[in-house]
Amino acid sequence: MSEYKMELTAEQLAVLGGSEGETMAKILRTVVEFGEIFGAKRLVPVTHREGHLVTSFGIGLLEPLFRTMDELIDAGLTAPGGFTVDPRPLDYANVPCNPAEKLIFNKIMYSQQERYEKQLRAVGLVNANGFTCTSYLPEVGNTPKKGDVLSWAESSAVVFANSVLGARCNRNSGMLDLFGSIVGYVPEFGLVTDEGRRASWKVYVKTTKKPEAQLLGSAIGMKVVEDVPYVYGLTEYIGSELDDDAVAYLKNFGAATASNGAVGLYHIDGLTPEAKELGEALISPDANTYVIDDAELERVRESYPVMWKKKDAKAQLCFIGCPHLTFSELCGWAENLSDALAKNGRTRVAVRTVFTASPDVAARFRATPLYRKLIASGATLSSICPLMYTNNPLTHMKNIATNSNKLRTYSLARYYTDAEMLDIISGKGAA
Amino acid sequence: MREFKGRVIAAGSVSGEAVVSRSGLNTLATFQKSVMDGKKTVLGGDQNNPDVYKKEITGKILCLPQTIGSTTGGLVIQTVCAMRINPVAFLFSKHIDSLAASGIVLARVWENSGVVCVDCLGDDFLDAVKTGDTVSVKEDGTVVVG
Repeated sequence: MSEYKMELTAEQLAVLGGSEGETMAKILRTVVEFGEIFGAKRLVPVTHREGHLVTSFGIGLLEPLFRTMDELIDAGLTAPGGFTVDPRPLDYANVPCNPAEKLIFNKIMYSQQERYEKQLRAVGLVNANGFTCTSYLPEVGNTPKKGDVLSWAESSAVVFANSVLGARCNRNSGMLDLFGSIVGYVPEFGLVTDEGRRASWKVYVKTTKKPEAQLLGSAIGMKVVEDVPYVYGLTEYIGSELDDDAVAYLKNFGAATASNGAVGLYHIDGLTPEAKELGEALISPDANTYVIDDAELERVRESYPVMWKKKDAKAQLCFIGCPHLTFSELCGWAENLSDALAKNGRTRVAVRTVFTASPDVAARFRATPLYRKLIASGATLSSICPLMYTNNPLTHMKNIATNSNKLRTYSLARYYTDAEMLDIISGKGAA
Repeated sequence: MREFKGRVIAAGSVSGEAVVSRSGLNTLATFQKSVMDGKKTVLGGDQNNPDVYKKEITGKILCLPQTIGSTTGGLVIQTVCAMRINPVAFLFSKHIDSLAASGIVLARVWENSGVVCVDCLGDDFLDAVKTGDTVSVKEDGTVVVG
């Protein structure tokens, strides 16, 4: 008799018993035990086989990760559908570092980067351009369909895939993302089920203007934590079609809900696929209510601690693009920056600025005249993970500014709205 | 002295000093600095969580509603358990979240960690326990505060 409560097929039981080797048995045991904690009755097939992994960085101290990867490779195990992975932590060409920072990055922090990337390639990394947190964008092509079951991690990618694409994925952790991709099954619970996708919060947006996506997401994430919100009042500002602007807005909004809380799925009334199809039938009868007005957004913003040593200091480095920018966002920033610089009588940015996008989006953008304009301003374009960059303790001496609530949450960077960032970068008011 | 009964995720019998997070604990933000710096003792690193910010967590009984934040969370728990700088027990007032659950399973299956974990202890538990309290956890998921 099986030691597991879950209903498993004869084939799955055989794998657990070692029919495909000890390592595969451990992988499946991990997936099954994880599912049993949530009462999963069975495993369901992963229908979009291309995975997405959250762990892209070879931090020397993550020895358990490297050891496990070696064990997979020694056992000849790979993810049959391949996978993309979060962005690299380093890009010296476009995000220059001083010699001391380089020493810390190369010798201490990311000393295992080369080893880990070799491991990723051996286990199924799709290609050299596969390093991005926005793998779901069309340029990258790891884009699930509505209803697809995924084995992904990366909180911003999972919440986007669930909410905007209508795919089905729990907020998996690093390692579980890869394990599900290897075995081809995930436990059936939570956001994989119809019941788990019902909203337990009704959120009413009652602001007097389009709310900043990063602030709105932050407010909702802090309030609902891991629950599913159904959001009213946004289509007035971002429309009822998932066009480029709406997709970019929801990407940034979702990343904030997932990092300031633990949201894995949201529904936007009249816009996201399940809300369009099922409407208020998605809302649980006993749902809580949260009203967001201008004052509430201001309260949330005021709650962010400023971690710079001198609170009134000026920014020394700006990061735009956490999560990685879409093509239309990049074009928008390049145009707005060009206009703002001209308005302020400048040709170069006032603060060193790095825009980040996936390698494929960056390649598309490099083919446009806007790229030359952006680079001429002194800004740079990279596919780095800003969060991994700011892990270097030496970067804590810099006053880093960002429009990303996710980056603010995990670093000492200070949050500014898009408009404020544009003013800082374009030197508005500077001598 | 108050007693609570939860669901056993990883069984064990331990006692120690409580460190309490009253809001969701951001695993990456809490542990990453100490892990990156190779510290032998974790000090809470999340500036947004004053309950545990700069508090010692290693060897303590970590009491929390759930974890939040990055999906590296499970791997981070696995890593601190492998480095033996983990809290000896995770006590969740609510149902454990998917990231923490991954971390506990990874620690058990891949690191042979003896980390103890109990969830569903209820809101009363988190109301009752304070940082610095002595907490005992029994094999059957019984938790005694004080």
